[in-house]
Amino acid sequence: MSAPARPRVRVAWGTWLLALPVPVLGLLLWHAGVQGAWVLPFGIQMTFLPEPADVGLRLVDLAVGGVYDDSFSGTLWTHLGASAVRVLQGFLLAVVVAVPLGVLMGRSRLVFRMLDPTVNLVRPNPVTAWAPLTLLIIGFGDRSTVFLVFLAAVFPILLNTISGVRQVSGRLLEAASMLGTPPAQALYKVVIPAATPSIVGGMRIAMGLAWVILVVGETVGIDTGLGAMITQAREQSRTDLIIVGMIVIGLAGFAADRLLGLVFRVLFGRRPILR
Amino acid sequence: MVKIGRIRENLPADIVMKGLGKQYPGTAQAAVEGVDVTVAAGEVLCIVGASGCGKSTVLRMVAGFEEVTSGTLSVATEPVSGPGPDRGVVFQDYGLFPWLTVAENIAYGPRQARLQRPVVAERTEQALEAVGLTRVSGSFPHQLSGGMQQRVAIARVLANKPSVLLMDEPFGALDALTRVEMQHELQRIQRAAGITVLFVTHSIEEAVYLGDRVMVMAGGTAHGMPGHVREIVDVDLPVDRDASSPEFNAIERHVDGLVHAGHAVRS
Repeated sequence: MSAPARPRVRVAWGTWLLALPVPVLGLLLWHAGVQGAWVLPFGIQMTFLPEPADVGLRLVDLAVGGVYDDSFSGTLWTHLGASAVRVLQGFLLAVVVAVPLGVLMGRSRLVFRMLDPTVNLVRPNPVTAWAPLTLLIIGFGDRSTVFLVFLAAVFPILLNTISGVRQVSGRLLEAASMLGTPPAQALYKVVIPAATPSIVGGMRIAMGLAWVILVVGETVGIDTGLGAMITQAREQSRTDLIIVGMIVIGLAGFAADRLLGLVFRVLFGRRPILR
Repeated sequence: MVKIGRIRENLPADIVMKGLGKQYPGTAQAAVEGVDVTVAAGEVLCIVGASGCGKSTVLRMVAGFEEVTSGTLSVATEPVSGPGPDRGVVFQDYGLFPWLTVAENIAYGPRQARLQRPVVAERTEQALEAVGLTRVSGSFPHQLSGGMQQRVAIARVLANKPSVLLMDEPFGALDALTRVEMQHELQRIQRAAGITVLFVTHSIEEAVYLGDRVMVMAGGTAHGMPGHVREIVDVDLPVDRDASSPEFNAIERHVDGLVHAGHAVRS
C-alpha cells in the first residue's frame, strides 16, 4: 500500500524556478551597493566589500589558479582537504564517545543521574569560549582544532542518543521478550534499532556544528585549512578571500551533510530512519 | 526466565488459574484477586468488564509480564515464569518493530529460536498466508493500515506455533468495519489451528461473538475493591453466530447485566 510516485521532474523544475529570483536579486543588489558605496543598517559600509564578480574570480582562482597567480592560487583543495580531515576526526571521535555513553545514560537510571548534572553544566558553554583555553593547554596545531570540533559535535549526539534510547516504547521491549529475546540481547536487538532515528538526527546536527566551529578552531598556529585561510585573508584585509572562504565552508558543510545522508542510506537501505 | 529454543508443535495448551491474584507493592488492596478458571485447550475465553477491573492484568500474568502475587497459574501444567513464544501476545497498539519489514517482523521469533533458515522461511511463508498478507511481505509497518498491521502482529505470533494466543483488546484501535473483518479472520485462524485463546475486550458483543465462554470481571481500585470474577457465562451458540438473533441478544443482555450490575454483588 505505497503512495504513488510523484512526478519528480516537474517538482525539480518548479523548485529551481522559485529558488532563483532571491539569490539573483541579492547578487544584483550587492553589485549595485558596492558600486554606489551604500551604507546599510548597522553601519555596514558596502565600499569595503568586494564586488560579486571579484568574489567569483577569486573562487575560480582559488580552485584552479590562472587568474591572479598569488600564494592562494589553486590552494582550495589543500585547505579544504585539511579542514575535512580535522572535521572527520573530531566528528568520529564524538560519535565513538557520545553514542555508547548516550546508550548507557539512556538505559541506566543510575548512570544518568550521576552524569546528567555535569553534562548540563558543561553543555551550555559555547565551544567558542573553549578556544582560548584549548590553545593554551593543547597548544597550536591540528589537535586543538580536532578537540574543538569534538566538543561541538559530542553534545548533540549525546543528547539525542539519550533521548532516543529513553523514548524506546516499552511495548517493543515486551513484544521482543514475548518473542523469546533475553534481556541482555534486547539492547542491541530492540533498543538501538529503535533509537537509531534519534541518533542519526543528532549526528546530522553535530556535522553541521562541526563545520561551523572550524573557523574558530583553525585561527591560530595552523597554516592549512579553510579557517586558517580566512584568518590569513583577514590579516591581509583580503575581503574577497574571506567571502570565498565563507562560501566554501558553507558548501562544504552542505556537501558533508549530503555525504552523511548517503552513508546512512548505504547502511540502512530502505529502512525508515527518519521519524 | 525465557524459554529459548523450545518450539513445540502446535499443541494447544490449557490455562489453569486457581485463586489468582495480583497486588502491587505498597498498595492497600489487590488489583485482582481470587480468579478461578480453567481454560480448556482449544477454547476461546473472552474476558469482559469495565475499565480497571483487572482483565488486562489477568492476561498479562498469563503472558508473564506481571508476576503472580497470590494463587497459582499454569499453562499446560507448567507454572508461568516469564514471557515466551509459547504464549503469543497481540497488543492493541500492535507492537511491531518499525525498522523491520513485515517478513522480518514475522521471522523474528523463529530466528530468535535459532531455527534453520529454511524452517524460518517456511514458517514466515505459512504465517503470511494464514493472515493473507503475502503481497506486502517487503513493506514496512508504517506503510500499512491498522488492520494490516494487526494481522502482521498476529502472524508474528503464529510463526512461533504458540500453544496459547493472548489478545489484549486487539481490535480496539480499528474502525468498525475492519474490526468485524478481523473478528472473522481470528475465528478462521483459531479454528484452523485449534489454538487456545484468551481475549480481553471492552465490547460485550465482540466477547459473545467470539467466545466459547465469557468471563465477566468487575471491581478495580476506582471502585474501592479488588478486580474479581463476577460470573463465567457459557455461550451456548452454534459455531457461526448471528449477532442479530434473539439467542445471541439474550446472552448479550445477560452479560451486559453482569457488567453493569451494582457493586454490592460479588460471586
